[in-house]
Amino acid sequence: MQYSQWLGVALFSLCSGLAVADQGRLLATGGASSLEGAAGGGITPWAVLSGYGERGEWGGDVFATRVETADYRLDVAGVAASFDNRVEVSYARQRFDLGNLARGLKLPQNSLSQDVFGVKVRLFGDLIYGQLPQLSLGVQHKRQKDFLIPSLVGARRSADTEGYLSASRLILGGAFGYNLLLNGGLRYSRANELGLLGFGGDRRDQHSLLKEGSAAVLFDRHWALGIEYREKPDNLSFAGESDWADLFLGYFPNKHLAVVLAYARLGEIASLDNQNAAYLSVQGSF
Amino acid sequence: MRILLLILALSLAACAQRAPTDDSLYRALGEQPGITRIVEGMLLNIARDQRIVRHFENIDIVRLRDKLVEQVCVEAGGPCIYSGDSMEESHKGQNLTRSDFNALVENLQDAMDAEGIATPAQNRLLARLAAMRGQVIER
Repeated sequence: MQYSQWLGVALFSLCSGLAVADQGRLLATGGASSLEGAAGGGITPWAVLSGYGERGEWGGDVFATRVETADYRLDVAGVAASFDNRVEVSYARQRFDLGNLARGLKLPQNSLSQDVFGVKVRLFGDLIYGQLPQLSLGVQHKRQKDFLIPSLVGARRSADTEGYLSASRLILGGAFGYNLLLNGGLRYSRANELGLLGFGGDRRDQHSLLKEGSAAVLFDRHWALGIEYREKPDNLSFAGESDWADLFLGYFPNKHLAVVLAYARLGEIASLDNQNAAYLSVQGSF
Repeated sequence: MRILLLILALSLAACAQRAPTDDSLYRALGEQPGITRIVEGMLLNIARDQRIVRHFENIDIVRLRDKLVEQVCVEAGGPCIYSGDSMEESHKGQNLTRSDFNALVENLQDAMDAEGIATPAQNRLLARLAAMRGQVIER
C-alpha cells in the first residue's frame, strides 16, 4: 500500500525532527488525536494544540485509530505539528470500509477514503492558567477520494472546507477534587458522515451550525474518563445521519504515548441503524 | 492592672472572633513534617532536572527550602507565617518561561506522588500555585 509507505516515511522524518522538542506543557494537555487529525478527543477536536510545545517550542504527534461497528470499519492515520502553542497543522487519511453494506448491495466500491488537511490557531486563553479558557479557531479542508457512491446517493461535491471554534478549560479540582476538563465547540459544515459521503446533498446543500462538546474527569495525571457529543448535519435523503456520542478512557503514560479506548454510539450510517462502535486510538507525540 | 486585664479581654475577644481557618489541606499534606518532605523531594527532583536546575544555582538552598515550606504551609491553611520575599520580588530578573513553571509543577507532582498524597489534595495545592504563575514567569 503506497499510502502507508508514504505515511511511514513522513512519520519517521517528523519523529526524528521533533525528537528534540522541549515539551514544556503538562502531561495530557496535548490531548489525543481526533478522527480528523486535530488534537482533541476522539470524535471532536479540542482547543488544545498537538504535542507539548509551549511558547517558542515545537510539538507534534502521529496517530492511528480504528473504529469498528457491526457493519463498518473506519481506519484513520495522520500527523499533526504545532509551534509556539499557537498554531497547529494536521493531516489525516480516513478509510471507511463499507463491509456488510458493500456485500449486501453489491456496491461498485467497498470503501470510501478521504484526506483531511487542518489548521488550528489558538486565539487566546490557556487550558489551565489565567482567567480565560483556551479558545481556538480551526479550518479543515476535506477531499473525498471515492466519489462514485456518494454522488449516486445525492452528495453534491467531493471536496469542501469547514470551520470550527473550540473552547477548552481544565478546572483544577473541579470534579469532587479531581480535575475536570470541559470542551465546547461550534462547527460550520456540510460534510456527510465527516465527508466520507461527500458534502452537501439533495435534501440540503448549505453549511449547518453544529454543536460539539465533551467533558472528562482526570483521576490522576495519567488517566481520563469522559464523554463526547457531536451534532451532525442531515443532508442526504437516502438515509438519516445521526449525532454521535461516546464514552472514552484515555491513558497518558508519558509525553510520548497516549492510548484512547472508547465505546461510541454512531446511530444510523448510510441506512444501517444502531451502529455501536469500539474505538481504539494510539498516539505518539514529540 | 486594669489596663492589662482590658488588653487580655480584648485579645481573647479577637481570638474568639477570628474565623477558624480551613486547615484540611495542611493536614492532607502531612502537616509540617509532610510539607518539609514534599519540598525537599521537589528540590531533589529539580537538582536532577536539566531543564531548570540552572535557575537554582548560586542560591542559599537551605533558606529556599525553609521559605518554601513556610509558603506551602500558609497556602495550605497551616499555622505558619511566610517571611520570604513577594513572588514578584523573588523571581525578578530570572525571566522564567511558561515551560520552566510547568517543569517545577512536574517536580512538585512527583514529590507529592512519592509522599503518597491523594490526587484531590495535590490538585488543591496546584490550584493555589497556578494562581501565582503570573507573579512568577516572564519577570
